Amino acid sequence: MSRVDKERTEAVFDDFKPAYNRAQALTEAHRCLFCADAPCIKACPTSIDIPQFIRKIATENTRSSAKTIFESNILGMSCARVCPVETLCVGDCVYNGMDEPPIQIGKLQRYATDLAYEDETWRPFEAGDATGKSVGLIGAGPASLACAHELRRLGHACTIYDKRPVVGGLNTTGVAPYKMKADRSEAEAEWVLKIGGIEVETGVEVGVDKSWADLGEGHDALFLGVGLGPDHGMSLPGEDLPGVHGAVEYIERFKLGAVDLAGVQSAVVVGGGNTAIDAVRELAGLGVPSVTMVYRGVEDKMSGYAHEWKVAKQEGVRASWRSQPLAFEGDGKVEGVRCARLDDAKQPTGDEHVVPADLVLLAIGQAKLEGLLSGLEGVSFERGRVVVDAAQATTREGVWAGGDCANGGKEVVNAADEGKRAAQAIDAYLQGAK
Amino acid sequence: MVSLKTNCGGIESPNPFWLASAPPANSGDQIQRAFDAGWGGAVWKTLGQPIQNVSSRFGAMNYQNSRAVGFNNIELITDRTLETNFKEIYETKKKYPKHAVIVSLMVETQEEWKDIIKRSIDAGADGLELNFGCPHGMCERGMGSAVGQEPSVNTKITSWAVEYSSVPVLVKLTPNVGDILPHGLAAQAGGGHGVSLINTIKSIIGVDIDKLIPRPVVGTQSSNGGYCGQAVRPIALHMVAQLARSRDFNLPISGIGGIATWRDAVEFILLGSSSVQVCTEVMLRGFGVVEDMIDGLTDYMRTHDFETIDSMVGKAVAPYSDWGDLNLNYESIAKIDADKCIGCQLCMVACHDGAHQCIHPEPSGKTRVPIIDESECVGCNLCQIVCPVPDCISMEEVDNGFAPATWNEHISGGATLRPKKGSH
Repeated sequence: MSRVDKERTEAVFDDFKPAYNRAQALTEAHRCLFCADAPCIKACPTSIDIPQFIRKIATENTRSSAKTIFESNILGMSCARVCPVETLCVGDCVYNGMDEPPIQIGKLQRYATDLAYEDETWRPFEAGDATGKSVGLIGAGPASLACAHELRRLGHACTIYDKRPVVGGLNTTGVAPYKMKADRSEAEAEWVLKIGGIEVETGVEVGVDKSWADLGEGHDALFLGVGLGPDHGMSLPGEDLPGVHGAVEYIERFKLGAVDLAGVQSAVVVGGGNTAIDAVRELAGLGVPSVTMVYRGVEDKMSGYAHEWKVAKQEGVRASWRSQPLAFEGDGKVEGVRCARLDDAKQPTGDEHVVPADLVLLAIGQAKLEGLLSGLEGVSFERGRVVVDAAQATTREGVWAGGDCANGGKEVVNAADEGKRAAQAIDAYLQGAK
Repeated sequence: MVSLKTNCGGIESPNPFWLASAPPANSGDQIQRAFDAGWGGAVWKTLGQPIQNVSSRFGAMNYQNSRAVGFNNIELITDRTLETNFKEIYETKKKYPKHAVIVSLMVETQEEWKDIIKRSIDAGADGLELNFGCPHGMCERGMGSAVGQEPSVNTKITSWAVEYSSVPVLVKLTPNVGDILPHGLAAQAGGGHGVSLINTIKSIIGVDIDKLIPRPVVGTQSSNGGYCGQAVRPIALHMVAQLARSRDFNLPISGIGGIATWRDAVEFILLGSSSVQVCTEVMLRGFGVVEDMIDGLTDYMRTHDFETIDSMVGKAVAPYSDWGDLNLNYESIAKIDADKCIGCQLCMVACHDGAHQCIHPEPSGKTRVPIIDESECVGCNLCQIVCPVPDCISMEEVDNGFAPATWNEHISGGATLRPKKGSH
């Protein structure tokens, strides 16, 4: 059952990369060379056997194709939509070396996994024989879902806790709607949970509604997949003016519900990372006439993906490079962002300028959740990230972590990989603990 | 619960996918890696007196963007010593007791057959395959297809092998004959436990038009080779079905010829094969292709309610009829789905120039979707074959009110035939 608003603002978006129909999928699948020791597999954080799943599409063995995908990555349906394939599998396709268009691996993966979702009688995996062990997972995002599914295949009982009413984490609340909408992420979570034996307790904030001590008592192992905290602020004059928001918080508002952009003529997004690029593309797509990205650095040094920024420019977004916000100005609500011009060394040149804005989103990073996790004695942090070893174990025995809280903020596919590997390590630990 | 367990002529394997006797089955290392990848059996590359090969050996026929839809070779049987081969057969069987290792053999005299059969079985062979098929090189020495083309020689050597063997004997047949049936029956008469077909087809794969030498080029010359790959599948399917439908022929069949995917395997099984052998697709893409074959066959069986391979074997043989027994009053016509049509008009030109002139431009010129004159459409399929869009052109059955009638019924009893279409 979807818990997101049917009338939500994100519904106006079409897919930036439309789904393949059968004819298109077959044509593309037949182009794949079935490379040996394929570079695309090596570029995938979950090591999906890409040539094999594409071959299976070509022979119309699509259920097996989907199983090949899910065997490596149970979140293959959403990853097909949200992965930055241009910098991963598609970017390493050997066709790039002959200046031919690379295989559209993401679109083929979407084709196979969407077909699998349509077949309600088909399940790729069954739960393992019950071990009597129980694992608590904090956060209902991709890392915990991947971890819980793998734990169920291994026979361990799971309970997922999340403070929000919705499941799927950032996949539900934060993915650009031209890639995937919130209800599709919810559908994925529901599909993953169909393996059975995973309890989900939403609206439960650990440390508030349930103590860490209770959690430790109730489970044989814990997995932390809590993601990141609220958007960072800038502590600048005028930041409390109406119209200034954190980008992640604002994106969540139109992903899950409705926002009114009717009076907004110009919007500014501060930052140069992928959240900033998502935000400018989203605001442009929602019809804001003038959208400007304000960034301290220069175009070729921005941390966001170049392929995404290229599309943003095609969609009419502008940028104000070498611009450091000094203050948010306006009478009763924000009207502009006063910026200092920076030089190549990011030092002020002395020039100032004002970028008009009725709406400002701050996309300069998110807080780490060190505070929330401080109730777990023995877990250590480095620059706010939970310290984990190669098997995702934290420095406290019996506690593992994965996803953004441990990697500092990467892709869904990284969270899927970390969650799955953590599950395998937890299984080894629980077997030893028998 | 679907089971792929296979029994072909008494040779058992975990699934019906066997490597054919060919370069991928040249050594123990290759065959063991193939078993690890999922192959159920392997027919060891033909043993006999080791030969000396030429360079180069392979040629391919490309079509548009598809490489090697047809393939040919002028490689001969094993060039490794028999001792090495037998040692590796022994090691392979020891390591993979449940997989089928069938040893392909080709020698000349009765004594040589007796000796090599004993040594093969001592090494652990689960079965033997008599290579009566090779159409290049070996046949010039009186072996291979030179044996397969002579039913009496086939029967004689098969009977020797069966006498000397304690394991099942498959006879590998050559397609380089006018009618396959006498050759299958010759193997049966010799006491063979099964047949494998087809071996390769005598061929010249192409010509280097700059050097003026046929391919594959060996210095300043070339030679005819054995043709295989996906392009030969229709010939192989016919020969397999020709044996399977014969009341006189009762041996199990191991199907070979252009099998590249699970769909191809299903076709061979439905036409009477109880195992299938693959070479070219492995040569082109490696042992890993078997994963899709196994998964695809399993899913096909699950969705078509076949629990065992045995229950599938030959299920499409009965509808394979003589032309004279086809229902001439069955009528179908082409329909174009205007929503899917991309306006290439390949169907129109194919119909005008190559068929019965019943697909025409839309008269107003407002759309490139052609129209079909159904009163003239003979239902030949050509438009559907050339259409680049899946499911855009469909062939729909027409109820014309005529009772079924075949040519044989018509000439013997005067059964009424519907009026001819497209014969203007």
